[in-house]
Amino acid sequence: MALDDRKTDFTFVGTRPNRPDGLDKVTGRAKFGADMSAPGMLHGAILRSPHAHARIVKIDTSKAEALKDVKAVVTRADFADVPFKPGLAGEFWNVLENVMAGEKALYDGHAVAAVAATSALAARDALKLIEVEYEVLPHVTDVDKAMAPDAPVIREGAADYSVPEGMHPNVVRYHESGHGDVDAGFAEADLVLEDSFVTEATHQGYIEPHACLGLLGNDGKGELWCTTQGHWIAQKTCAALLGIETSQLRVTASEIGGGFGGKTTVFIEPVALALSRKANRPVKLVMTRSEVFRATGPTASASMDIKIGMKKDGTITAARGEFRLQGGAFPGAPGDMTAMCAFAAYNLTNVKQIGYDVMANRPKQAAYRAPGAPMGAFAVESVIDEMCNKLGLDPIEVRLKNAAHEGTKASYGPRYERIGLVETLEAAKAHPHYSAPLKPGQGRGVSCGFWFNHGGETSVTLALSEDGSAQLMVGTPDIGGSRASMALMAAEVLGIPYENIRVTVADTATLGYNDVSHGSRVTYASGLATIKAARHAVEKLCERAAAKWDIPVEAVKWENGCAVPSGPNAGDFDPMPLADITAKMGRTGGPISGHFEATPEGAGVSFGTHIVDAEVDPETGKTTITRYTVIQDAGKAIHPTYVEGQFQGGAAQGIGWALNEEYIYGEDGRLQNSIFLDYRIPVASDLPMIDTVIVEVPNPGHPFGVRGVGETGIVPPLAAIANAVSNAAGVRMKQLPMSPPRILAALKDNG
Amino acid sequence: MDYHSPASFAEASALAANATGVTRFLAGGTDVLVQLRSELVTPDTLIDIKKIDGVSDITRNADGSWTLGVAATGAEMSEHAELSRDWPGVVEAMDLIGSTQVQGRATLTGNLCNGSPAADSVPAMVAAGVTVSVTGPDGTREVAVEDIPTGPGKTSLSKGEVISAVNIPARGNNAGDAYLRFIPRTEMDIAVVGVGVSLRLDGDTVTEARVSLGAVAPTVLLVEDCAKAIIGSTLDDAALDALAAAASAACNPIDDKRGTIEFRTEVAGVLAKRAAKIAYARAKGEKA
Repeated sequence: MALDDRKTDFTFVGTRPNRPDGLDKVTGRAKFGADMSAPGMLHGAILRSPHAHARIVKIDTSKAEALKDVKAVVTRADFADVPFKPGLAGEFWNVLENVMAGEKALYDGHAVAAVAATSALAARDALKLIEVEYEVLPHVTDVDKAMAPDAPVIREGAADYSVPEGMHPNVVRYHESGHGDVDAGFAEADLVLEDSFVTEATHQGYIEPHACLGLLGNDGKGELWCTTQGHWIAQKTCAALLGIETSQLRVTASEIGGGFGGKTTVFIEPVALALSRKANRPVKLVMTRSEVFRATGPTASASMDIKIGMKKDGTITAARGEFRLQGGAFPGAPGDMTAMCAFAAYNLTNVKQIGYDVMANRPKQAAYRAPGAPMGAFAVESVIDEMCNKLGLDPIEVRLKNAAHEGTKASYGPRYERIGLVETLEAAKAHPHYSAPLKPGQGRGVSCGFWFNHGGETSVTLALSEDGSAQLMVGTPDIGGSRASMALMAAEVLGIPYENIRVTVADTATLGYNDVSHGSRVTYASGLATIKAARHAVEKLCERAAAKWDIPVEAVKWENGCAVPSGPNAGDFDPMPLADITAKMGRTGGPISGHFEATPEGAGVSFGTHIVDAEVDPETGKTTITRYTVIQDAGKAIHPTYVEGQFQGGAAQGIGWALNEEYIYGEDGRLQNSIFLDYRIPVASDLPMIDTVIVEVPNPGHPFGVRGVGETGIVPPLAAIANAVSNAAGVRMKQLPMSPPRILAALKDNG
Repeated sequence: MDYHSPASFAEASALAANATGVTRFLAGGTDVLVQLRSELVTPDTLIDIKKIDGVSDITRNADGSWTLGVAATGAEMSEHAELSRDWPGVVEAMDLIGSTQVQGRATLTGNLCNGSPAADSVPAMVAAGVTVSVTGPDGTREVAVEDIPTGPGKTSLSKGEVISAVNIPARGNNAGDAYLRFIPRTEMDIAVVGVGVSLRLDGDTVTEARVSLGAVAPTVLLVEDCAKAIIGSTLDDAALDALAAAASAACNPIDDKRGTIEFRTEVAGVLAKRAAKIAYARAKGEKA
């Protein structure tokens, strides 16, 4: 999107006011997914498969249905026979199959039936009376084993055209890209290093479990309240799965207690609506934590091979990577994303990357901040670090030498516009952290990271009130303080105080279509839409002033919240404040609103560089992160505090992923750690203060220069921490998480 | 489900003796209520012993020994300056359990009766030589803590028996105790290995010692060979190495989601050394 009206000096943007939803959240007034109730409401519960892979021979629900308190029982038969629809061809079927099993249970925790009853306890008790006859089938949960010739087939015919002949049917998508001649490049190298890396699946770990309240009548009209990152996708998907018209289902997004990508699809929402339709009553469904772990979307697990050639001076001559990603019993593991992001930080003459999307008997993976990118960065940046060690080169200097910049042909194809990678590396080199002395037993690691960022379909409406305040309706659920950022951008355009703008996440019935809050797109795309909507309103405000002054509208400009004559020739009029215009708007032409609907396409890619210090206890293998610094290009930080929050959150989640978080499956294919006690996310005392540096290299595709910041921050941590730990322990760690038993074993193997 | 709140342990014992099906005693409830909610255990009879007189008392007896009521909480123990001075290892072990909220409810007795091999307070109690009073249909008997757990989730208490008090011996002079556990995080976790050490000195020489290991066998272990390794020594490097070797040799752990056999065996020795050093310093009156 071409922009000829770039703004660089700001009044409101860049300040740090309190978030508008803050008071509600700290006083308990905010309404989350489970906080909504309705008259006559029933409570739902879902029966889940205890088997990793089993044919469902028979489901007998008669005993449960006979209970007085039970008002509805549903199975797959109660959902629509989903046709393939344009735009998401096949994916509706995948989502339906995941929401309620058809012929087979495909993973431990897969939903097979659901109950609605007059109390949560009655619903839970009724589940015990549903009899399911299973024929247990062989299962596979490991990505490499799932690709092996003897692996059980999850589903025949799931692979698309991209998969080369001869691969196992569990390989369902294949990606290959790159440029140059990698073999020639390796031949030029002074050092060629080849190594393999493994990461386990992790969960986004949002504190709020999935929860919803659904109401669907036999007339095909429905209401849904749910915790989600995107209520239009929930609307579209639920409508398809239940066979109703999209517009007849009104969906409202609750406040959201974390999503990180995991709430970009539906799990329980269609079930609540199916139960409601059958019972003719509203139905509330709230997942337990164990259900969240077993049956929502963790990230993919990965197995990766990297080969890099380097000259003695640090110049990378060629790079090759193979990335095998396991995404559960459905297509969708982001092997393509991993491949495309893996070498994206570098200006390479010869590069080739291959990605595999592999199915296994695990829950359907969902997005988790920069889906796919952190694993690839872990593998690639570990090899670069090892090469720096072997050649005696400074890791930041080597990255600077090879860094991508404006005009570089990216590893995944296009040429970069203005990007800020070099600036983050320069800032890292200059940061006191990088030159601080290390204590014995400590090691330092650095890593770069990349994410595409995204625009997406966006609608925003801004309506002015008579008293000069403004209400802004956006359609992207606020997962990171975006209401504050939107208000700041609107304030900047309108010239009225931040506090005078109320931002609402509108429901699907009151605003045009919006894509999900994902792809780090909200501050970029909804922000751009907010600015355009506000400018649209300003045009109308100027028209009213022009009419009042009886001068052409071209002779009026907007300055500091007032209409003013554009120059001395326009006439001599006092500035006309916004509130003066809105006070009379009913009599001067009617309500004044601005709106914007489009798909902004200048999201602007984002890079970051992290520096980590780690200390490893050589007797126990326990790692302590002693210092952490995040440096990332934000383009322009609208609300710096929330940008820093995104940086810190990425580092915190990365520390968990790198050190202790993992999905642990038993031989029986059942998830062994489906509670927070044994799924070990970092607690507050595990983390150091995470220092942040916001680099601002404006994005040419946004009026204020914004680049999304929500995802890039989780790309470097796995590698940066692995490099720090490996340097501290004196042994290269190639498997995540680097839990104490793994580190101690590696130390022993190393003598 | 039947809920009872008896006024005496004799009454509690009688209720349990006459109950059918699954019976649970309820004090702090930090295990029982969690198991109930997650449907791991659905008791037919729940006997709430919190309302019996004196169950929250922490009493120092005339001979210097301590009697703790079965509902005395971790928070109350940690805030008890004299108890913390006498038995810092026992108090710290209890304090490691759960969150601040859990500390307001959790008890030594509950931690013991839950029967987890990884219970933090249990190795510390065993090292300290703690006994419990067990009230049953035939009256009250005194049982060493190490004789209560018989396997994961199992105890030696028979039908109708209930623990009615915790008895901690007099600390005496020139003595100290310590408990250390290994977790991959810094708090809010379950021990992968736990080690309790209690010892007494004559000058610089260890004259008495008890060493106990948790999470490395189906039950808590009281390891005689560990005690032998340091008794008579000044806790020099050779004695510490012998202690570590004895601790590792005593381990009979499992591979599970929390740790491997190799890891637990190795780290048991490491923690035994570290805990012994702390107990030694405490016995010498040094801060540790």
